[in-house]
Amino acid sequence: MELTAKHEEYWHKNLVITAILLLVWFVFTFVEAWYAREINGITFFGWPLAFWFSAQGSLAIYVAIIGIYAVLMRKLDLEYNVDEGDLE
Amino acid sequence: MTTASFSHTAFFQQLKKYYTFYTGGFILFVLALAVAEQMGMSRTWIGYWFLFATVGLYAGIGIMSRTAEVAEYYVAGRRVPAFFNGMATGADWMSAASFIGMAGTLFLSGYDGLAWVMGWTGGYCLVALFLAPYLRKFGQFTIPDFLAERYGGNIVRTIGIISAITCSFVYVVAQIYGVGLITSRFTGLEFGVGVFVGLSGILVCSMLGGMKAVTWTQVAQYIILIIAYMTPVVWLGIKHTGIPVPQIAYGYVLEKVTAQEKKITADPKEQEVRKIFADRAAAGKAALASPDKAYADGKTKLEQNLADLKIANAPADQVTAAEKAVAAYPKDVAAAKANWTKESGLAARAAPPRPHAEAFPGKDEAARDVARLNFIGIVFCMMFGTAALPHILMRYYTTPSVQQARVSVFWSLFFIFLLYFTAPCLAVLAKYDMFTHLVGSSFATLPAWAAAWAKVDPSLLNITDINHDGIVQWAEVVIGGDLIVLATPEIAGLPYVVSGLVAAGGLAAALSTADGLLLTIANALSHDLYYKMIDPSASTTKRVTISKALLVVVAIIAAYVTSLKPGDILFLVGAAFSLAASAFFPPLVMGVFWKRANKWGAIIGMAAGLAICVYYMVTRYPFFGINMPLWFGLSPVSSGMFGLPLGVATIYIVSMLTSPPSKEVQELVEHVRYPNLKGDTLVSEAA
Repeated sequence: MELTAKHEEYWHKNLVITAILLLVWFVFTFVEAWYAREINGITFFGWPLAFWFSAQGSLAIYVAIIGIYAVLMRKLDLEYNVDEGDLE
Repeated sequence: MTTASFSHTAFFQQLKKYYTFYTGGFILFVLALAVAEQMGMSRTWIGYWFLFATVGLYAGIGIMSRTAEVAEYYVAGRRVPAFFNGMATGADWMSAASFIGMAGTLFLSGYDGLAWVMGWTGGYCLVALFLAPYLRKFGQFTIPDFLAERYGGNIVRTIGIISAITCSFVYVVAQIYGVGLITSRFTGLEFGVGVFVGLSGILVCSMLGGMKAVTWTQVAQYIILIIAYMTPVVWLGIKHTGIPVPQIAYGYVLEKVTAQEKKITADPKEQEVRKIFADRAAAGKAALASPDKAYADGKTKLEQNLADLKIANAPADQVTAAEKAVAAYPKDVAAAKANWTKESGLAARAAPPRPHAEAFPGKDEAARDVARLNFIGIVFCMMFGTAALPHILMRYYTTPSVQQARVSVFWSLFFIFLLYFTAPCLAVLAKYDMFTHLVGSSFATLPAWAAAWAKVDPSLLNITDINHDGIVQWAEVVIGGDLIVLATPEIAGLPYVVSGLVAAGGLAAALSTADGLLLTIANALSHDLYYKMIDPSASTTKRVTISKALLVVVAIIAAYVTSLKPGDILFLVGAAFSLAASAFFPPLVMGVFWKRANKWGAIIGMAAGLAICVYYMVTRYPFFGINMPLWFGLSPVSSGMFGLPLGVATIYIVSMLTSPPSKEVQELVEHVRYPNLKGDTLVSEAA
């Protein structure tokens, strides 16, 4: 079938959401790890900060990224009428 | 998508009720055993109870979920609610290595070990953003299914089958090994018997009910493994931080560990022990430089000593000791060489304790940079490997809808997160406990757990009074990583029943992962190879029967390979991730996000990614004996760092040079991009 402009817009918005969340993921993974020695100079409730991020903080952010993605995409599905209906 | 007679809400409520009862029942079971222990039940029997009760339980769930229907067998009828699919994925994901090995790795390597923690959690972001919803919309049975449909033709499917089987098989061997190890340690059964008992549990379960049985068993296994992991940590946490949620408060314990490390580095008695090791290592190295001369000199010296003692009429015991020394001297130069190599290896123990919290410790800037690159390499390969391992991706075919698949990834990572953010905490607490209670204690009155473990298994814990002062120095302690999780209940001062519980947890972790992997391999063979390529007209009953038969065959082969005890399983597991990242990730993701990607791009891209990955491993990993210089100092485990970018680039270039894919394929791509496209004529979901 032919996709409408609305459909193209949905996919575009999906790509934007994906890209932003991916950027957050990248920063809290690779940028954090690259500068770990510098970040470790800061102390956070006893932890050197980079240690805390690698052991807990980044992990919690990963969970949040996936949760936010699921919520935003659900909204987007409904807005563009491509949702799967109510799954009772 | 929903049938009139089936209500997802009611099903969810029902499952919730079952598993709540089940959890309560399991806790009662553990309490009953605790009472029995107080009344005098032996340790061996506690071990047997845990082994047979849990394996029996998994088999029972398998029997209750038996099925011969294709959709039930391959994808659990596509009705697994997101929450429970998350739990099942968690159990599927967390292997014996995560459960038992992770905290130990962190204990031994401090910050640098966190690469595994980050890599094995962050990969789920990629699963969520790039794969799960699209694969669910596509809605077939296996990962090669998607590749074949998207790129067309049996070549792609064949490469997919080979890659899926290779990484899953390597991984399953490691799991079965873990099963044998745990059962033999805690019940006293022989390694082979342990493998057999565990394996029969897996087989009853997955053979009778396929994905359906595996899913419901994995939920049960997740509950056991998380209870088992948390119980001792909570206890140890109360002991050292004063609160039952040590994960949020161990920062201050880490501070104390760091302070203690500095004290150990500066302590004169510790330095004395390290000096002894350094001297022995230097002597060994010197002897290795001119082995023949050193061998002759050493022998003459001992014989001369004996002769001198005899002439001087020394006391009898001195003479006997000197005679023994002569007799114990290596028979030939080769044996002496082996000894010296061992001695020169002691250089590692001459180093002060590795700073736990410091990132990338190293002697100079260059060494630190290499350590950092390898940290990033492991994170990168584990993450992209996670997002490409077929037994995990397959799980997202089982949810009722695309939205449920998205939510399901959230629950998956949440349940995995619970264990992974506890492991670093456990490592720090255990280290603090050892620094304060083990170091400085006298050899006559070692803590009870240390005395017991040093006796049972010297490879896990070895304490020798090197400088003969009767006091334990940190440099005199050698710890095997697996000790941390296995001994934590005793370190925390808990009764033996908790040790049994931890063993049951480790067993659940190993069995659940093995289940998922064996099913992936059997499905690749029965569905992709047999049904799609050899006999497309096979009846559904025949397909399921063949899959069940193959499952048994694969399990037996895997058990056989395990019994050969292949070395360095950790490297093999790491290699499986790098291979999966190089072979699967580029074609899967580009298949969804880039319509222009075509058949030849995928074929050559997958082959190129795999080839560079294998080439780098074979020429650099010491096992193969070639040992060419490393590129940028990157260890061969992380060869996916080269394979994945090359795969992406190759798919792009080759696709652009060849003709675009057909209109049908482009429509398939559009189809998977929208959860529900009104007026879409393409129905790909297989019943």
